[in-house]
Amino acid sequence: MLARVADSLYWMSRYLERAEHSTRLLDVNLNMMLDEGPTSAERRWQRLLFALGNPKDVKWTGNPYALTHGLTFDTTLKSSILSCIIAARENSRHVREQISTEQWHRLNSLYLQVTRPEMQSDMHAEALISGAEQPSEFLQQVMEAVHQFQGVTDSTMSHGEGWQFIQVGRYIERASATALLLEAYHDDLFRTPERTSDGNEYLDWMGLLRSATAFEAYCKVYTADLTPDRIFEFLLLDEEFPHSLRFSIDSMQHALEAIQVESGKSRAEPLRRLAGRLQAMLSYSSVPEILNGDVVGYLHDIKGQCRAIHNTIYELYVDYSIQAALAG
Amino acid sequence: MRGFRLPLYSNLPMQPTPASHLEQAALKNYLLDHAYDEMFSAPGELHEHYGPLLEQFASLSVEELRRRKQSADLSFLNQGITFTVYGREEGTERIFPYDLLPRIITSAEWAVVERGLTQRITALNLFLRDIYHEGRILADGVVPRQVVYSCRHFRRQMMGLQVPRNVYVAVCGTDLIRLESGEFVVLEDNLRVPSGVSYMLTNRRVMKRIFPHLFRTYNVRPIEQYTQLLLGTLRSLAPEGRPEPNIVLLSPGVFNSAYFEHAYLARQMGIELVEGRDLVTHDNVCYMRTTSGLRRVDVIYRRVDDDFIDPLAFRADSILGVAGLFNAYRAGNVTLANAFGTGVADDKALYAYVPEIIRYYLSEDPILKNVETFLLTRRNERQHVLANLDKLVVKAVGESGGYGMLIGPQSTASQREDFARKIEADPRNYIAQPTVSFSRAPCLIGDELEPRHVDLRPYVLYGDKVTIVPGGLTRVALKRGSLVVNSSQGGGSKDTWVLSE
Repeated sequence: MLARVADSLYWMSRYLERAEHSTRLLDVNLNMMLDEGPTSAERRWQRLLFALGNPKDVKWTGNPYALTHGLTFDTTLKSSILSCIIAARENSRHVREQISTEQWHRLNSLYLQVTRPEMQSDMHAEALISGAEQPSEFLQQVMEAVHQFQGVTDSTMSHGEGWQFIQVGRYIERASATALLLEAYHDDLFRTPERTSDGNEYLDWMGLLRSATAFEAYCKVYTADLTPDRIFEFLLLDEEFPHSLRFSIDSMQHALEAIQVESGKSRAEPLRRLAGRLQAMLSYSSVPEILNGDVVGYLHDIKGQCRAIHNTIYELYVDYSIQAALAG
Repeated sequence: MRGFRLPLYSNLPMQPTPASHLEQAALKNYLLDHAYDEMFSAPGELHEHYGPLLEQFASLSVEELRRRKQSADLSFLNQGITFTVYGREEGTERIFPYDLLPRIITSAEWAVVERGLTQRITALNLFLRDIYHEGRILADGVVPRQVVYSCRHFRRQMMGLQVPRNVYVAVCGTDLIRLESGEFVVLEDNLRVPSGVSYMLTNRRVMKRIFPHLFRTYNVRPIEQYTQLLLGTLRSLAPEGRPEPNIVLLSPGVFNSAYFEHAYLARQMGIELVEGRDLVTHDNVCYMRTTSGLRRVDVIYRRVDDDFIDPLAFRADSILGVAGLFNAYRAGNVTLANAFGTGVADDKALYAYVPEIIRYYLSEDPILKNVETFLLTRRNERQHVLANLDKLVVKAVGESGGYGMLIGPQSTASQREDFARKIEADPRNYIAQPTVSFSRAPCLIGDELEPRHVDLRPYVLYGDKVTIVPGGLTRVALKRGSLVVNSSQGGGSKDTWVLSE
C-alpha cells in the first residue's frame, strides 16, 4: 500500500476519534453542570480544557456556552470539532478510491452537515453563547455520525492493511485521550486527606465515567458503587471495555501486528518492541501497585510511549528516508 | 425506410396509443437544417438504423421517460462521476450532463473510421520518431522545420532518445466530426493526455441498465474490454527484462478536473493511483513509497502534462512532478505513456500537414480527411482570414478544451478586432478553419426530441499493435445551435453504439 494512502487513512481515523472525544466531553460537562456538585464551574471547565490538551488561545472566561461554541465551531482552532471533521474529510477525499462508497457518503454528509452556512452564522453563534439554543442536539448528531462511520467502515471495507491503519489511528488516539482524561481527574479521584469529602464526589466520578462512555459498563462489573480505585482500574486496566487504556493498546498492537505481517517483520522490530512493552506494562500491572507509586508519572509515561509509537510508525511506514529504504 | 411506418417489434413494450401520434408530438421541434442529421436523411426519412430507437422512445410515456432519465442521473451522481470546473469557487464539482439517446454508428461507417484512425496514429508515431531522430521529413521539406521547432510542445530533451517499441503515442483520443455529406473528418488529435474515456465506459453501463431491451435489439459491439486493453498496451511497453512490470497511473491529484477518471481507470485496471509525491528516483530508477518500503515502478501511465512532470527537466516550479523522472526514463528504466514531446504532433498548425505526413511515411492517401485549415504564417492565407474573420473559426494552436477560440459567425466586432490584433502580433500561435457544422443527433431536451450538434472521440491504443474499441465518447453541445461540445463549456455526452454486421 502506498505510504501516502496509509498516512491519510491513519489521520482520517485519528481526527474522527478526536472529534468524537471532544464532542462527548463537551456534551457530558454541559449536562453535569446542571447539578450542584462539589466542583466550581471554573474547576470543571479548566479540567475539561486540560483533558483536551489545553488548546492554545482558549481560555475559560466564565461562560460555558461561549467556551463550547469556540471548541466546536472555531476553525482557526486546529483541535476544534469542526476542524477535526474537516481534516478527516479532506484526508478521506485524498484516498477516495481506497475507502468504500458507504464510508465516503457517511463522512461527506457529516461534513456537509457541520459546514452548513447557518452553522457559521453570527446569529447561530450568539444563540449558542447566550444559551438560548442548546448545543447538545448538534453534539449528539456528531457522535452518532462518527459511530455510524465506524460501523460502516467495519462492515464495508476490506479488513486489509488500510483498515488496520484506520484501527491504529483510532486506538492510539483513544489511548492518549484516555490517559489525559485520567490525569485531568486525578485530583478529584484521589483527594488529599486534608480536603474533606462532602459526599457529592459521586457526580464527578460519574462524569468521568460518562466521558469515556464507561458508566454503564462499569456498573455491569462493579455495580453502581463508585469508588476511585475501581474507576481507575476500570478505565486503565479493563481487558474488555473498548475505551479502557489496556483495550486500546491491545487493539492497536493487534492492528500493528497485522500490518507487520504484510510489510515484513524484520523492519518492524523497533515498533514491535515499543508497542509490545506498553502492552505488557498494562497487561501485568495492578492498581494497588500503581497507586502506591507516582500515578501522574505513570500516566505521563503511557502518553510518552504512545508518542514514541506514533513516531516509529512514521519512520517505518510513512516518512522513511530513501537511503535507509534502499539499504534495507 | 420511408415515412413514418415503423416496424413493430413484439418484444418491445408498447403503449396502447398509436406510436406515430406520440412520435410526431415528440418530434415537433425536430427541424432539419443543412448540417448532417444522424437520424433523418431527409424530412420524414429515417436512417434505417435509428428505427427501433425512435420506436422505443415513442412508445414510452412522458412520465416513464422522466423516470428513466432521473434514474440515470442518480446513477451518475451516486457513482461520483463528476468533473471540476476551474475558476469558480463554490460547487466546483458537477455531474457531466448526459443524454439518454444513444448515438448509433453502423458497422460500415465504423470500418472506415477504424482504418482511418489506425493509419493516422501509425503515421503520427513515425513522424514523432523521425523528428526526434534523423528528421528526414524536415530535410525533404514536406514539413517546414520552423513549424516543428517553434512548437511549444517540442521537447529538445527527446532528441536521439530511443523509446520502447518506437511508440510515442500509446493512448490517443481523436476528435472526429461529420460534414454535411456525412463523411467523418478529423477535427483534432489529442496526443498528450486525452481524457474522457471513463465517461464512455460509465455511459455504457448506465445505458445498459436503463434500456436493456433496446440494447439487446441492436447488436451493439462491446467496449468494456477497454481497461484491459489499456493495461495490455502499457504492459507491452515495459522496459526490457521486467516480465512482471509494476504499472501505475500518475495523477496530478484530487484537485485535477479529471481526478474521477484517474481513480476510475486505476481501479478498473487494478493498478496503483499515485501522485508525484509518492514517487522517488534514485540512480535513475523510479520507485514508489509503500508501507513496506520502496517498490520499483516500471510503467507510468501519466496524466500529468510534460511541463509539470519533472522539475529538473521541465518547469522548475512544478510541485506535481517527480525530480529525476526524465533521467530515469532516458536511462530506459521506466516507461512513460505517452512519451514526452508528443504534443508537437497535435499542434493545430502541424495538423494542417498531417495528410502530407501520412502520404510521406505510408505512401497512402489519408482515409480520414482533415478540415480545411488556414495557416496564418502564410501571408496570403493570413490576409484571407483577416478579411473573413466573421465567417471563420480561429483557434490558438496550443489550447484545448474550447478555450482561446473565436467563432466568427457568433462573435462581436470587438472580439474580432481583438483577435485580429493577436493574430498580427503572433501569427504562428493561431490557425483558422471554415465554420464546419458538426452533424446533429437527436437529444432529449425537456420531454421532446431535438437535434443537437455532436462530435465523436474514439480512443486509440498503440502498444504492440493498434487497438480501437468500437465506440468512443460522443460529446453533445446541449445549447441549441451551439458548436462547443467541451464539458467545461456546457457540453454533455451520450453513449455511442457501434453495431455489429
